[in-house]
Amino acid sequence: MTDDRLLSVQGVGKHYGARWACRDVSFDLWPGEVLAIVGESGSGKSTLLNLLSLRTPMDEGAVHYALRADGNTPGGLHNLATLSEARQRLLARTDWGFVEQNPRDGLRMAVSAGANVAERLMVLGQEHYGRLRCQALDWMQRVELDGHRIDERPTQFSGGMQQRLQIARNLVTRPRLVFMDEPTSGLDVSVQARLLDLLRSLTENLGLACIVVTHDLAVARLLAQRMLVMKDGSVVEAGLTDRVLDDPQHPYTQLLVSSVLTP
Amino acid sequence: MNTETVHTTGAPLAVAPAQSADSDYNFAFLDEQTKRHIRRALLKAVAVPGYQVPFGSREMPLPYGWGTGGIQVTAAVIGCSDVLKVIDQGADGTVNAVNIRRFFARMTGVQTTTATEKATLVQTRHRIPETPLREGQILVYQVPQPEPLFRLEPRRAQTVKLHALAEYGLMSVRLYEDIAHLGAIARTYDYPVRVNGRYVMSPSPIPKFDNPKMHLNPALQLFGAGREKRLYAVPPYTSVESLAFEDHPFEVQRWDHACALCGAGDSFLDEVIVDNAGRRLYVCSDSDHCQSRQQAGHTGSAVGEPGSQP
Amino acid sequence: MYVSVKGGEAAIENSWRLLAQARRGDPAQPELGLDTIAQQLRLAVHRVMTEGSLYDTELAALAIKQASGDVFEAVFLLRAYRTTLPRFGYALPLDTGAMHIRRRISAAFKDLPGGQVLGPTPDYTQRLLDFALAAGGEPPAPLPPAPAVAAHMPRVLELLNLEGLIEAERPANLGADASSQPTEPTDLTREPLAFPATRAARLQSLARADEGWLLALGYSTQRGYANNHPFAGEIRMGDVVVEMVPEELGFAIDIGDISVTECQMINQFSGSREVPPQFTQGYGLAFGECERKAMSMALVDRALRARELGEPPVAPAQDEEFVLSHGDSLESSGFVQHLKLPHYVDFQSELELVRRLRQAHRAEGGAA
Repeated sequence: MTDDRLLSVQGVGKHYGARWACRDVSFDLWPGEVLAIVGESGSGKSTLLNLLSLRTPMDEGAVHYALRADGNTPGGLHNLATLSEARQRLLARTDWGFVEQNPRDGLRMAVSAGANVAERLMVLGQEHYGRLRCQALDWMQRVELDGHRIDERPTQFSGGMQQRLQIARNLVTRPRLVFMDEPTSGLDVSVQARLLDLLRSLTENLGLACIVVTHDLAVARLLAQRMLVMKDGSVVEAGLTDRVLDDPQHPYTQLLVSSVLTP
Repeated sequence: MNTETVHTTGAPLAVAPAQSADSDYNFAFLDEQTKRHIRRALLKAVAVPGYQVPFGSREMPLPYGWGTGGIQVTAAVIGCSDVLKVIDQGADGTVNAVNIRRFFARMTGVQTTTATEKATLVQTRHRIPETPLREGQILVYQVPQPEPLFRLEPRRAQTVKLHALAEYGLMSVRLYEDIAHLGAIARTYDYPVRVNGRYVMSPSPIPKFDNPKMHLNPALQLFGAGREKRLYAVPPYTSVESLAFEDHPFEVQRWDHACALCGAGDSFLDEVIVDNAGRRLYVCSDSDHCQSRQQAGHTGSAVGEPGSQP
Repeated sequence: MYVSVKGGEAAIENSWRLLAQARRGDPAQPELGLDTIAQQLRLAVHRVMTEGSLYDTELAALAIKQASGDVFEAVFLLRAYRTTLPRFGYALPLDTGAMHIRRRISAAFKDLPGGQVLGPTPDYTQRLLDFALAAGGEPPAPLPPAPAVAAHMPRVLELLNLEGLIEAERPANLGADASSQPTEPTDLTREPLAFPATRAARLQSLARADEGWLLALGYSTQRGYANNHPFAGEIRMGDVVVEMVPEELGFAIDIGDISVTECQMINQFSGSREVPPQFTQGYGLAFGECERKAMSMALVDRALRARELGEPPVAPAQDEEFVLSHGDSLESSGFVQHLKLPHYVDFQSELELVRRLRQAHRAEGGAA
């Protein structure tokens, strides 16, 4: 049987001094699947996201990813630690996306919306201004931004629009895996709802696999098929989102679920 | 003591005969070990076209920022039989060029010249001579800021990485922005180029007009940045392409005028204000080129007209 | 009628003559002797030697005279001269513990073995212009013989070290990774500075850096831009022996004395799970009596150690590339002043672009 997994995480962990921020986390991810990592602040969920996306080196464990086959690389799962820094950076800019909690961290605030969206394409060698601009326009429209604002700087956009711009910037290379760190946390409730709708339709239509870190169970419910619950650096419960939220087994999960205020 | 022949229109050009070098100093001022150090760095630079090689820049008798990099490169490669030309803004007579030429005349005793075709070694600030160079000549550029990305990313620790990984997205973004906001790329000098299809390089603050001259040039092109302590090179016959978009190709400047002295229509022209009313004349920036053309009989609109005094 | 620019040579020679005249000033005034400068402007001489990286009071005095008192220009002259000097080798590290002390104070303790030796300092004067100096006159009366300075003056930091209160000294030529092996310290006059820099390279760079730059940065650390709670643990000034090991001999010989000022600042460190709280230090060293320089250097040294001490770099004084790239007065002065060089070719290019853009703007009917 062929191995269809997109991502395989085995026993990853990171410590700061004597304290393990995150320990012994393992899971698999399949193409098009959305996984939520849920926990309070301090649970280790953001550390985990940084380990998986290679932003922080891990102290133990391994992450395998199914690279696209090309002239140099056969397809199938590769241990990311064996890739050169150049290859890792290329991966991060093409087949992966990373949506930051604060859009200002994921955008170039001093250049136009169009340049922000088209940058990855330019890095990959596209040299036709007209076509770059066309594609930037196309993706702005897909994230429901007004194309007339293509030359404005992100500083002139609202928080919700900046977040949409950040998403477009990441999706322009059609990545297969997108990491999201609290993608809606900084936004107004009504803006959050519309953004979540957008994320849901994008992930479905584009077949994106996502790993979404959130403290908000509603986000997990809406976006993710599966979820992990983290506490003090460890995964305390994992499973299908509906099952975990409707029938939590671990006392901590039960506590989390019961403390959510229903609107 | 033989001095440099000063230009006036119509005066014959001369190669100043060699004088004896100042014996208080080592040939070309630098000690031999330093020269070897610089030459080793230059060999690395030639082996990897466009790549910035760090070197132990020495304090020179001219200030950092005034051409010490170019001077150190010239000092490292110059030999007794060389014939040296030094220009600034294209002219041999500007004070900085005069100063540097005198320095080398005193420190080496080599022949100096204002004629590009007679020179074996040309040190330049901000221009490439109009006269095409040939195999065997060396062009040494004075470079204030060797890093083409420095306005976008001032940290050296970062730009080293970007060059190593050929991550030039920042530069493309900048060019895109210019077109989006101004309709054209806004760089008119120090226009970034891609060398040998690999490294993005700063050609030094030459006007973009001169960029095409770098491409497949038969001469060896060496670049020295003394204050920033890096040097780099473009070997003969290397491809040098100015960055642009397919649908916004690289363009050089053009004038509506010809040189007022020699009539050249294809050289870089300096604009000179000649009276209080702001009347302007345009003359060749390359003084040697202009002189040669005048000697060959070409004239421009400002010459030989009695009533043309403003 | 426009004629091409000429006469560059003649103009230059005339400017030299004007400079020489300006330098000499009124010929009725006695010409400054190098000894006079070295004696009566000694602090300027010390600064020029420190930033010029060359210990020679006579040459520094000459540089000051030639530069008409402009310290930046004098430092430049000395550095350019240094380039021409043959190099015999490297001295052994100076043993400042064996310094023949002329001044030694500590702000950390009221009194300490060896005492607080004030030395020739303006610290306890009132800064009132002394018009008696203007009139010149009698040299000051000779001093009575001084009580002998204690033979052994232990360092304050050694005393703190007895209790383990201060971090152990590590070789300054370790790389950024604390576990790496020490290597030969770089020589910044031979190799360019690379980032991230070892502490040894940083200290060299700081020792040669412009005093004003370091003073401002050090000051910023006291005003909350990376606060280190510094205490002047010890400042000592005096003469130290310079020794080197000539290859032919194979043992150390004493080649002379130089006077230096050394400052060790004591700063607090909050400790971590692994390391209990202890004091950390910043170090400064300068030629002669450049005390302000040594102190500023110690403050900036400590700020730049943020990375190796696990402190997040948040302030300009902690930004290694920023601090070290802009501290060398030859580089900064040269580049700022290079703006005086002709730039008319590039300016021409800019003129052409701006005109063209304005034309396009007008053609589109002005403001869109």
